[in-house]
Amino acid sequence: MSHVLVVYTDDEPGVLTRVASLFRRRGFNIHSLTVGPTERPDVSRMTVVVDTDEATARRAVEHLRKLVNVLEVQQLGIGRSNVLRDLALIRVNAGPARRSEVLQLVEVFRANVVDIAEDSLVIECTGSLGKIEALVDTLRPFGIIELGRTGAVAMARGTRTPIKAAIAPLRTGTGSMSV
Amino acid sequence: MTKAPSGPQSGAQLIWESLIREGVDIVFGYPGGAILPTYDAMTEYSVRHVLVRHEQSAVHMADGYARASGRVGVVVATSGPGATNLVTGLATAMLDSTPLVAITGQVGSALLGTDAFQEVDITGITLPVTKHNYLVTRAEDIVPALREAFAVARSGRPGPVLVDITKDAQQGRATMDWEAAEPRRHLRHLPAPLDQEALAQALDLIRGARRPIILAGHGIQLSGARAEVLALAERADIPFALTLLGLGAVPATHPLSLGMMGMHGESWVNRAIQEADLLLALGMRFDDRVTGKLKEYAPHAKKIHIDIDASELNKLVPVDVAIAADLGDVLRALLPQVPVADRSEWLGSIREWRGDSAVRDIKNLPDDGHLYAAHVMHDLWRLTRGEAVVVTDVGQHQMWEAQYYKHDGERSLITSGGAGTMGFALPAAIGAKLARPEAEVWVVAGDGGFQMTFAELMTAVQEDVKVNIAVINNGYLGMVRQWQAMFYEGRYAATPILSPDFVKLAEAFGVHGQRVEARGDLAAAVETARTVRGTALIEFKVEQEDSVYPMVPAGAALHDMIRRPAPSVLAETGQDPV
Repeated sequence: MSHVLVVYTDDEPGVLTRVASLFRRRGFNIHSLTVGPTERPDVSRMTVVVDTDEATARRAVEHLRKLVNVLEVQQLGIGRSNVLRDLALIRVNAGPARRSEVLQLVEVFRANVVDIAEDSLVIECTGSLGKIEALVDTLRPFGIIELGRTGAVAMARGTRTPIKAAIAPLRTGTGSMSV
Repeated sequence: MTKAPSGPQSGAQLIWESLIREGVDIVFGYPGGAILPTYDAMTEYSVRHVLVRHEQSAVHMADGYARASGRVGVVVATSGPGATNLVTGLATAMLDSTPLVAITGQVGSALLGTDAFQEVDITGITLPVTKHNYLVTRAEDIVPALREAFAVARSGRPGPVLVDITKDAQQGRATMDWEAAEPRRHLRHLPAPLDQEALAQALDLIRGARRPIILAGHGIQLSGARAEVLALAERADIPFALTLLGLGAVPATHPLSLGMMGMHGESWVNRAIQEADLLLALGMRFDDRVTGKLKEYAPHAKKIHIDIDASELNKLVPVDVAIAADLGDVLRALLPQVPVADRSEWLGSIREWRGDSAVRDIKNLPDDGHLYAAHVMHDLWRLTRGEAVVVTDVGQHQMWEAQYYKHDGERSLITSGGAGTMGFALPAAIGAKLARPEAEVWVVAGDGGFQMTFAELMTAVQEDVKVNIAVINNGYLGMVRQWQAMFYEGRYAATPILSPDFVKLAEAFGVHGQRVEARGDLAAAVETARTVRGTALIEFKVEQEDSVYPMVPAGAALHDMIRRPAPSVLAETGQDPV
């Protein structure tokens, strides 16, 4: 069963390694992990989708909370109370004979065509995990040449208090790359 | 304290300045190229440096120092192999929750990532064996990193922290601003206020229990909750069983103390756990060595688990009430409401289960000329009146020590529990003695483990530290041999081990050495070791193929124990020659 963890961390070198290492070491199976900046320059936000039972997901939350760099962890279910979006780029066979058929499907899924080559199209699709999987399944008979997905970004619906007051990260480590 | 100059100082000076402000007066280390600026500055400060013979021992010494005193142990090492040699020690400290700060030198920041001479990615390597670690590349980051490192090491569930500092950061200059560097991030995840509902549920379970048992762990010592645990036990008349690291947290000779639980725990203790209707797990983590087969663990018991580390709750054993908080805080909140009880019936059953255990106990074997390790431990306990700090290595002798040396005092047993690190005892004992110079410190080690780190005898001599050493020599890697005998049809693959002449070895180091082969000579040798100046070693030539009993085989249920065979030579009551 999938669980969605939203993890707020210091925007500091090495934090992604710490989080990833924790999941690896404890044997938590990551379905996807995305990371990016937030409304605050010193805070990064990760969305981690894990395939595990409820008890293990809760344990993962408690382990994450032990990391010095973790400000806050939210555990979201997969359902209506949350917005969860994945972006896929799909290069699919679409020679002149079948192109219109593919374009129709793109329409149905409210996806976009972002590149056209002689024999193929690149389709961009944003949506829930289920929607993307449905589109991929639908396109598979045409022949998928390349598939890239971002992994899920999730957010709870409704109102929410801002994340805890900032605690400035230490400026240690090297390199200009954050997380 | 050295007066801090108001102007800029070198990074190296800021390191020592920070250590002194953190209350550090002793560090354990080994110099080398990348940490040289820091060693060069050391002479300006009144911090004692203990030069070890191997960096792994430096961590064990700092670990022993921290466990004996409750303070943070500090290690200094250079980059590359100096740093990688720390790994086993850090893992040992991590698994046993010892607060440590390890400072390593690193190659200059311009060379990072180039595979420079003695460059290793020590922050990467130590990620899973530290609570947190830092790579510091600028002098101005040294003080904030070190302050936070100490805060992280001490707070919550304690543990080791590594601070890797590049050579140019040590050589760079910055101005000390202690106040601005006050750490706050470690406060992010301190336990929430006590969960009143959980406390009420715990009270209900305690009120309703007829056969409760306290599982007393290392957390009692770390929390300083000895008085509270005893108050709970006495008020509600609840017996307590101890984990290996819990030994000494509450007194072994207390009437409610049952003894050690688990793989080599007392049979009646394990039976009591299996028959209990309530487990109060206090500052322990249900390690596989104390639970046996999880599916059959304490099947009749409701379970209350109190631990400061929330990730330990419901990890292996699902519990009815889980409280993530400081144990002392929880017990202080609970105690006034815990009803006074009398459980003589329950305590009587446990007494009955002891049955013939005392007679089977080999310390009561008649003295037929064979020296058993159990004799050594029992006699050592009697001769030191149970007041020594004993630091053990890992293996059979460690279990015999745990069974026969009755630890009453807090921080009186120092042993590598979680990691089971051979070679731990001698260096950890040197650290413990430096932390508590007034204490009588004994090393109890096997012939295998002692050979891993005996070079530290020279450290003891150079630092003029007196520890007394009992090497339990049975000519085997005994615990592994025991497993081979029991589970591998007696194929002793690579377990017979030769030893040097330990008496001559001791003498080569300038250490007093003795050999004991009969129980009758034991007391005099111990007395001599205690009274000679400086470190003293006794080699005990013990029965070669003795095994530790009772034993729960790995993967078996807790009550499914292998008992010591009862040979006909067993006397009804043994004569104790001490």
